Amino acid sequence: MSADDLDTFIAATARALALPVDPAWYPTIGSNVEVTFRLAALVAEFRLPDDAEPAPVFRA
Amino acid sequence: MFDYAGTSALDIARAVADGATTAAAVIEAALGRITRLDPKLNAFTDVTADRARARAAAIDARRAKGESVGALAGVPFAVKNLFDVAGLPTRAGAKINRELPPAERDSPLIERLEAAGAILVGTLNMGEYAYDFTGENVHDGPSRNPHDLDRMTGGSSGGSAGAVAGRLVPLALGSDTNGSIRVPSSLCGVFGLKPTYGRLTRARTFPFVTSFDHLGPFGRSVADLATAYDAMQGPDADDPVCAMRPAEPTTPTLAAGLDGLRIATAGGYFHRGLSPEGHAALATVAAAIGATTVVDWPEAARARAAAYVITCAEGASLHLDRLRTRPHDFDPAVRDRLIAGAMVPASMVMQAQKFRRWYRSRVLAMFETVDAVLLPATPCTAPLIGQQTFTLDGVEMPVRANLGIYTQPISFIGLPVVAVPVPLTPLPIAVQIVAAPWREDVALRIAYALEKMGVAAAPKPAHGSPPT
Repeated sequence: MSADDLDTFIAATARALALPVDPAWYPTIGSNVEVTFRLAALVAEFRLPDDAEPAPVFRA
Repeated sequence: MFDYAGTSALDIARAVADGATTAAAVIEAALGRITRLDPKLNAFTDVTADRARARAAAIDARRAKGESVGALAGVPFAVKNLFDVAGLPTRAGAKINRELPPAERDSPLIERLEAAGAILVGTLNMGEYAYDFTGENVHDGPSRNPHDLDRMTGGSSGGSAGAVAGRLVPLALGSDTNGSIRVPSSLCGVFGLKPTYGRLTRARTFPFVTSFDHLGPFGRSVADLATAYDAMQGPDADDPVCAMRPAEPTTPTLAAGLDGLRIATAGGYFHRGLSPEGHAALATVAAAIGATTVVDWPEAARARAAAYVITCAEGASLHLDRLRTRPHDFDPAVRDRLIAGAMVPASMVMQAQKFRRWYRSRVLAMFETVDAVLLPATPCTAPLIGQQTFTLDGVEMPVRANLGIYTQPISFIGLPVVAVPVPLTPLPIAVQIVAAPWREDVALRIAYALEKMGVAAAPKPAHGSPPT
């Protein structure tokens, strides 16, 4: 994401989640979002079968 | 004269049981030491002196009547301030939480240690809401490393490690979600046990990431650690994650030696970013044990990434309402990480949870060929308090997020680990002994052997040391 896109994403998501985010916090939040998305991409690029079960298993 | 600071938990318990000293005298020594040294170390956030004195008197009265007083009779201990302690708000390192009503009942782990004769003397400093590897806290001030007061303890159980390393108490409890027992054990040079996920009940403690939250003990000797752990095991219906398996005592096999154990090291990910001190500690431990096999630990970098994603999303979910209503009352660094976590799409979290199961199956397959793996605990010795970045393999990286790079891939799938301190000078650093699920006995047995060889030890600090 570009810096502008990142700020737009933070502002829109904060509104959707009813989070009162001060724009002064955007740079730190943005750097955390970038790190998390980069690490999530590392996970996502690892191919798993469609029937892979997530770790938590609910039992009725 | 009774040397409180230089005496192990088990030796204190023996002295109380034998009548060589009294629980009351031990508690006065502990409270005196806390009064003198905690202003330097900032490990304690509450001291429960009245309660401790009453408890000590009760133990001494039982002994006088010839009754059994327990394996930890008269042993002072303290708990990270996310454990419920009757009469205190469970602050979890947060400004917001200290407005909570006082807890009505102790955490079951406190109850179990006290049933064995131990005596709670207070609660301990921690990183806000346990989202921390530094031991710094903007509300209560940083816990300080007893080996160098300008350096961090590591976190988030910073006060727990600081109190044990500084010899204020011989035992403490902490929590470990991504490394919060093992990182401060390493930076403060004490033994720490993160048991198998689900082994110790987490009831009546403040959570962080329930998928990964563990509780465990810190100590200055392996026998102390194992005795405390054994006293705390067992099912608890109040924690849905706590395993319904009976206690499996580890103390009977502690001195069984290394014969028959297949112990390896791991390369790749676990050597990247490791300082010369970390390499030296690992090499010393491996050489002492004769661990020459190197295993291929599968996908550790991706495991750390997946743990990171789940942590920030689950942590954000826990605190979402507080982020909406009290954002200015958080530590800004914690708040901004949590807000970012609230913005992680569910698809990313689900993928991380699917990867987690795959990763677990591969690591368990690896444990069919070995009994334990030696890994570094932290990339380096204790950074300075307030230090924002460090350089690992020539790359400048944030301290706060990266002190746990070697611990996160392990707690991610709940493996038991003993962090053993290697007393390098001027600062200690620990090695992780990782075993298969439910094999705490193996990790503790290896730790005990290393302690007996003189390779692993909790060094006496230059600051905060006796005279008592």
